[in-house]
Amino acid sequence: MKSLVRTFGPLVAIAVLAVLLLVVAPAVLSPFRLNNLGKYCCWAIAAVGIGLAWGRGGMLVMGQGVFFGIGGYAMAMHLKLEAAGPEGIPDFMLLYGDGTMPGWWEPFRSGAFTLFAIIALPAVAAAILGYAIFKRRVKGAYFAILTQALAVVFATLLIATIQETGGFNGLNQFTFFFGYNLYDPVNKKMVYSIAAGLLIGCLVLVWQLYRSRFGELLIATRDAEERVRFLGHDPANVKLAAFVVAAVMASIGGAMFAPIAGIISPSDVDATASIFLIAGVALGGRALLLGPALGALAVGYGRSTLSESFPDQWTYFLGALFIAVILLFPAGLASAVGRAARLVVRPKEATP
Amino acid sequence: MDSFTTPLLAGTATGALLLIAALGLALTFGQMGVINMAHGEFLMAGAYTAFVTQQIVTNADISIVVALPAAFVVAGLLGLLLEVTVITWMYRRPLDTLLVTVGVGLVLQQLAKDIFGAQGDPVRTPTWLDGNIDVFGYHWPYRQMFTIVLAVMALIALAALLKYSAFGRQIRATVQNRDLAETVGIRTRAVDRITFFIGSGLAGIGGVAVSLISGTNPRLGTTYIISAFLVVVAGGLGQLKGTVIAAFAVGIATSFFADWTSASMAQVATFALVVVFLQLRPQGLFVVRSRGLA
Amino acid sequence: MFSPPTRHVIGTVVALTATLSLSACGNKDGDGSAAESCVDTSGDSIKLGFLNSTSGAMAISEQTVRDSLTLAAEEINADGGILGKEIEFVEEDGASDPAVFAEKIDKLLTSDCVAAVFGGWTSASRKAMLPVVEANNGLLFYPVQYEGLEASENIYYTGATTNQQIIPAMDFLASEGVETLFLAGSDYVFPRTANKIIKQYAAELGIEIVGEEYVPLDDDDWTTQVAKIVDAEPDFVFNTINGSSNVGFIKAYYEQGLSPETSPIISVSIAEEEAPAMGKDVTGQYAAWNYFQSVQSPANDVFIRAFQDRFGSDRPTSDPMEAAYTSLYLYKNLVEAADSFDVDDINESADGVSFDAPEGTVTIDGDNHHIAKTGLIGQINADNQFDIVWSSEEPIEPDPFLEGYDWWDPTAE
Repeated sequence: MKSLVRTFGPLVAIAVLAVLLLVVAPAVLSPFRLNNLGKYCCWAIAAVGIGLAWGRGGMLVMGQGVFFGIGGYAMAMHLKLEAAGPEGIPDFMLLYGDGTMPGWWEPFRSGAFTLFAIIALPAVAAAILGYAIFKRRVKGAYFAILTQALAVVFATLLIATIQETGGFNGLNQFTFFFGYNLYDPVNKKMVYSIAAGLLIGCLVLVWQLYRSRFGELLIATRDAEERVRFLGHDPANVKLAAFVVAAVMASIGGAMFAPIAGIISPSDVDATASIFLIAGVALGGRALLLGPALGALAVGYGRSTLSESFPDQWTYFLGALFIAVILLFPAGLASAVGRAARLVVRPKEATP
Repeated sequence: MDSFTTPLLAGTATGALLLIAALGLALTFGQMGVINMAHGEFLMAGAYTAFVTQQIVTNADISIVVALPAAFVVAGLLGLLLEVTVITWMYRRPLDTLLVTVGVGLVLQQLAKDIFGAQGDPVRTPTWLDGNIDVFGYHWPYRQMFTIVLAVMALIALAALLKYSAFGRQIRATVQNRDLAETVGIRTRAVDRITFFIGSGLAGIGGVAVSLISGTNPRLGTTYIISAFLVVVAGGLGQLKGTVIAAFAVGIATSFFADWTSASMAQVATFALVVVFLQLRPQGLFVVRSRGLA
Repeated sequence: MFSPPTRHVIGTVVALTATLSLSACGNKDGDGSAAESCVDTSGDSIKLGFLNSTSGAMAISEQTVRDSLTLAAEEINADGGILGKEIEFVEEDGASDPAVFAEKIDKLLTSDCVAAVFGGWTSASRKAMLPVVEANNGLLFYPVQYEGLEASENIYYTGATTNQQIIPAMDFLASEGVETLFLAGSDYVFPRTANKIIKQYAAELGIEIVGEEYVPLDDDDWTTQVAKIVDAEPDFVFNTINGSSNVGFIKAYYEQGLSPETSPIISVSIAEEEAPAMGKDVTGQYAAWNYFQSVQSPANDVFIRAFQDRFGSDRPTSDPMEAAYTSLYLYKNLVEAADSFDVDDINESADGVSFDAPEGTVTIDGDNHHIAKTGLIGQINADNQFDIVWSSEEPIEPDPFLEGYDWWDPTAE
């Protein structure tokens, strides 16, 4: 019986979260608050991926905003083209450009291609970058710094390419989401539900990954990379796989963020935004199953409400959160709770 | 304007600034494995020290001279405070020091904003730095030369300290083998603290140089921290010459890219260059082989 | 791969999630008409929203706007409010982040049920708020000069559009006999768009553009780019740099031996607030605005005195502050002209509504929701105030899409 609880406890927890997000929240929250919760879910989806790469894989990915942005911009490009109509081109290209559309925008007219790109683009980008980094055994702090530099560079690139990506303004003014009018409250609720559903889906996937042989290998790589190598596995491949999955999850989060927030801009994907994603994971517990997602939801909620009540002090809260959590609860706040409820959820403790 | 001289000279000055910022990082990273993301904010603290000094010593010609040691001490003390209160609990957790110091950086930025306001406060250039000499058509500002001189002096002072002083020997011993150093009676924790003080103090001096380029504003540190870290990564750990070469290479490369394309694209190109370079030398330019890094 | 019980449980969770997700099915045929307004006009007070960044990179600029909005609200309340209702203002922080602006204006309109929102600074923040304010049929008053090419039924623009600031600046340069011009700007939408207009108008005026340089918003080192100005020896430099980057530009400019005698600068984002914060004496440089603290008018005397009494005698007043102050009074006059807080009523009677603003009398254009403004060129004097050296003959009618200028070709490079 106990082992059953251990095995399925996490699934029950996920199911509870599913009911809360998909049944309770839409029933009790105002459309505005529900939409905000939708945004937090998008960050949570990216956070689940960070939990996989960082918590389980030991790779501190400080630039997940990049992949969040790839998905977000891919979706936003499609929504922009959908708003422009079958032959139309996005308004900002008429305003800031020469009125022609770069060729690489054209495929995003197709919804199917966009969905494909949201998965494939970050996967390819992460695979190339990860291959370059992991095969050369660049790791630890070097890896973290490189990913953060990547986020800075990505945002700079977006800001500088006004005619192609809208620059600093980003992309917004979407009217339709795959044919559904985004101004209709019913449809907004639907988009929210998709985001929440995807979050649950990612959690189930990660739960399964953690139970699999791959999950074991990932932790082994995190804790003793050389030994894994001696055992005949290439740690680079293990890390690469986790990095790619994390990138795809960030991309999915970004893709849902665009229609829910109604905008995607460089501020949503730069180094600061990436740090913000990390904050949630650290708070919730990087190596736990539900920790990253719950942490991201909490930090997102905190950002909205604290900035409403204490607009000037919000940065202090975020800074203090990092210091306190990493210093006192390196395994996350949820680990303290988790320890108390060990019978229900049995986490694999992180070795910092 | 010469399309070779200008980027070369301007890039050398940028490189000098990166060097001052990166020296402190390389020192603390190399010795303690601490990745101090708040290092940029120490740079900012140096810039604000220059500003405050100018409020007290209103003569800009003199205040800059006072500001340099003052900034070294202010930033150094901030570093020491960080070491004693936070870092000391997290040795052997390098990635965690990175995150904690991100938080410290955020708090320091907000603190600077609350104390000084978010707008750049002006630091006036001393008259003896206000001017230029014509080098092949480039009106090379004295300020850029001053930055280079400052970097070279900081480098020489640091190198001399490490090489010739007893304390320098203790630092090198600690870097190369902490356990053995302790066995021979070196108080490695005290050495760590002084190293952190010196490393952070160097950032303060860099901040004074930055305050002459632009204003002082709370986000000043974030502009330089990533480039400085890229320098450390590309330069490798353990030897100052790696940091020196990498700093000037990154500075000059960025300047040339900016000249050929645009300032935005130069950032992108420089990053690509560092990643490609790491393909060739994943440990950076130079590495001390006797010691593994976390 | 999966053991049988596992498969069951996964199946259950996935099915549960799918069912729950699908239960909130979309409505494809909906017309998506705007939500009903929840503004409550029955009480003694009316709620307005002030949405400015009080944190992040834009905080210092936007805080000045917040201050003038607060002043205007207090003045109006002391004078009996709007239609006899006291203004109750809800303050929100845009955090210098467009997505936060979109979130907060949604909150203000749908949760706080404010009758109108005042704020925004960057174009990015305005673009982010635009679809939200349109979807909710709300009202936004935007107080900053911007790159034009926009007109929304739900936004009133009380700052200048390009034909009230950029084009007058070019007319001034032409009147000064300028033949060569160098363009320096931050790398984002406003400078790029402004420079596109400048280049086309320069061709019309016979002014040669001898260089064009951009530096990222948060990059303050202009040394290399200024070297190109030195090399080009332009008659004038047109500066569209934003924020603190100006300091780096100005310092590099003087260091390399440039001065108002050789290549003077005309700026569109340096005002009374910024001029003393450059770390250099910028006497003799120019700026194009529609208001300066030095404007002579009874309304301006009142405004300056009230503002300095409230916030300190050392505080200068500037164009965006004046435009924000004016926006709240314009709103009061709009509501009173319509005798209603309803957005559609207000829009219907908006054309011609005016206010004796500190910059002079301003009048709303009912078609594009901008206001007629006088173009002014000021030269910085030793007190960091602006001596007005040129002004358009009369208030310039707003033309955000530059339809009245036949040299303008929006699709040209």
